[in-house]
Amino acid sequence: MNSQFLIGYNDKDTFLHRLSGSTKLIGFIAFSIIGMVTYDTRFLIGILVFSLVLFKISQINIKEVSLILKLIIVFAALNLLMVYVFAPGYGMTIYGTQHMIWRNPENYFNLSWEELFYIFNLFLKYTFAVPLALIFLITTNPSEFAASLNKIGIPYKTSYAVEIALRYIPNVQRDYRTISLAQQARGYEISKKAKFWPRVIGNAQIVLPLIFTSLDRIEVISQAMELRRFGRDKKRTWYMEKNFKKSDYLSLIVIFIIVLVGVMLFGVNGGRFWNPFK
Amino acid sequence: MTEPIISFKNFSFQYESQSEKTLDQINLNIFPGEKVMIAGASGSGKSTLGRCINGLIPQAYPGEMSGECLINGKPLNNSSIFDLSFDVGTVLQDPDSQFVGLTVAEDIAFSLENDQLPQVKMHEVTKKWSKKLDLTDLAQHSPQELSGGQKQRVAMAGVLIDESKILLFDEPLASLDPASGAASVKLIDQLAQKQSLTVIIIEHRIEEVLKGGIDRLVIMRNGKIVANDSPQKILKQSLLEKLGLREPLYLSALKRAGINLVECQNIDQVSRITEPQINQKLFEWNEHAKLSKKVKKGSTLLAINALSFGYTKEHPIIKDLSLEIKKGEMISLVGRNGAGKSTLSNLITGFLSPVSGSIKFKGQDLLNMSVKERAQYIGYILQDPNQMISKTMIYDEVASGLLLRGFLEDEIKQRVENILRICGLYEMRHWPISALSFGQKKRVTIASMLVLKPEMLILDEPTAGQDLKHYTEIMTFLEKLQQKNNLTIILITHDMHLMLEYTQRTIVLDHGKVLLDAEPAKVLTNDEIIKRAYLARTSLFDLAERYQLPSATDFVAKFIQAEREDRA
Repeated sequence: MNSQFLIGYNDKDTFLHRLSGSTKLIGFIAFSIIGMVTYDTRFLIGILVFSLVLFKISQINIKEVSLILKLIIVFAALNLLMVYVFAPGYGMTIYGTQHMIWRNPENYFNLSWEELFYIFNLFLKYTFAVPLALIFLITTNPSEFAASLNKIGIPYKTSYAVEIALRYIPNVQRDYRTISLAQQARGYEISKKAKFWPRVIGNAQIVLPLIFTSLDRIEVISQAMELRRFGRDKKRTWYMEKNFKKSDYLSLIVIFIIVLVGVMLFGVNGGRFWNPFK
Repeated sequence: MTEPIISFKNFSFQYESQSEKTLDQINLNIFPGEKVMIAGASGSGKSTLGRCINGLIPQAYPGEMSGECLINGKPLNNSSIFDLSFDVGTVLQDPDSQFVGLTVAEDIAFSLENDQLPQVKMHEVTKKWSKKLDLTDLAQHSPQELSGGQKQRVAMAGVLIDESKILLFDEPLASLDPASGAASVKLIDQLAQKQSLTVIIIEHRIEEVLKGGIDRLVIMRNGKIVANDSPQKILKQSLLEKLGLREPLYLSALKRAGINLVECQNIDQVSRITEPQINQKLFEWNEHAKLSKKVKKGSTLLAINALSFGYTKEHPIIKDLSLEIKKGEMISLVGRNGAGKSTLSNLITGFLSPVSGSIKFKGQDLLNMSVKERAQYIGYILQDPNQMISKTMIYDEVASGLLLRGFLEDEIKQRVENILRICGLYEMRHWPISALSFGQKKRVTIASMLVLKPEMLILDEPTAGQDLKHYTEIMTFLEKLQQKNNLTIILITHDMHLMLEYTQRTIVLDHGKVLLDAEPAKVLTNDEIIKRAYLARTSLFDLAERYQLPSATDFVAKFIQAEREDRA
């Protein structure tokens, strides 16, 4: 089933694989929120190290995720550059001091230790969440996604949409390929041989038949689901749901403690920022 | 007397979007434990009747109802799909498109999840039904990975798990290879007896379903029930033929031999049918009929030599395959799913490139040509016309291939109009494609390939899911193209009738190799080939064997020849 997704479930047996999908999802969301809110560098470094350790435990092969990692790195670097370009003096405004590395605060473009530190904090925020997201996606059986979403309070119809989408990826891929081949025989060049515009037009020809084929599929599947009573009751149970075990409760306690530390640091720092310049 | 479990009284139904009634004054009683087959041409209302039984009407398909319809005592007009789903389990036509779970086990358990069964209980029940339908080893597989027959078993397990007393099948054989189809019919029969179910089968392929034993045959036409009796009585009166439906082949053969069907006993089973004169008359007819000399062969059109293909070295899909196709042939390419039929046609049309070997078209090397260039010689037509059509108007659709090849407007117009005339679409040339029937759409896709003047067509399952009328329409059109325009046609098919009736040569693929390349009658009278390629024996063969005719193959060939002569 692995090859179906950009990043697929890998079926290993580690501590993280055995955890329930809901626990992992709650952990991911809780860490993301506290990590996004806080600017305490010590805390951010802490959870980054923590998430890297978890990543190690999960035995995820770096090669499997190299593509997605590269994408994230490019995006994050671009973002950090833009943050600097649009407000080079923002760090000084936040921390209230001016330790210059390059030029004076009167110039639009300048560089201060404060700005560098601010950007470093952002960098940490971007990085710590990535291993956690990958852990959730790769160590959770796709069949369990919907159950985990439902368990944390998302309505089951919405949760099930996720499962149906995963279920249909291979079908849509196959339809796309078939239709694409038929259009190529007609004379649309879609291969790399063709120039950019003919290729775009060629690909656009696939969209119409693909939409019609997909609409047909949706009608059939929704009938098939209704005939088996999907949507009758307000709740449903899940075949693949993992019940909470001791390790889940322990993990939730650890998550809670870490988040609590993050919140308490707001008090110690007198706000979201930890200021080493004072 | 027992109460009927399903009862229609003066029942009519009209879809909201239609101007006429689709069901007109239906009166039908189905009793508990009965096995009923509903047959009829497309548009006869048989699918609509099915939708009334499982409650999709009126909930998913709104419309106007009159009369009375009771399903296990519940009136249709105030029962929801959900209410009825406890009484009626439905297996839809294409199991592939109705799977909801990511794995087999989840799919089987789907309705239990919706009923909020506790997980432990759910696992237990799912296991029980997986075992009953021989799916235990497949529980963790994705349903898409399975073979056609396995898929259908998963779909059946998913509805049987509700233990509802009525089971409704909507064209269960349409997407199966012949062997899996036969296995399905058998399985349905066994389940019906073991679970004491009431079974309703809506199907075009009457002969195959009859083989499993049916208590009652209901035939619909234009929204009305025109026959409702035991298969024995209906077959004796040759009602199927009179109503434009396909009669079992062995009965056509017996009629040809001059046997009066009214005199026959056990007419619904070829293995048990009796009539004092059958033996003698069959022998006489067989003696009398002479096979005509073989038609002269044309020049070689396509030559495939030592072709191999595979995504990995360990698992070749096509293995050292060699084949010659002559001009003007109509060929059927058969074999079970995964035997390499689609791969072979993709190699010919250039969608895939072989690892080794050569493909030559009239001596030119095809492998050096792009997909676009090859389409001028060989047109490939997909099973589903909706996957090929990218324009909204017929004329534009047919013209698009020429437009993309940079032809001048005048020439395009002339060529397109000419092709539209050949395909019988000229009067409709300004119509939107959405207004066409399936068969007409199919012709549009054929026309849009023919306009490029190919010498060969490859069609993937051209008649799948079509009733006899549309099937005959498509096939006579193709036959005309073959004979008048000397076109070479390859049909990829699971339909044994089509293979026998219309093609002169059958290529059986198995594991990427040509298992047999012979006349259709030879293929369908060879038990070993039938077994290996997941084909099904024709009832003509059964008949010939039962009465020990000198050569079963010749008998089948003679019958097909006689049928063809009548058609011409």
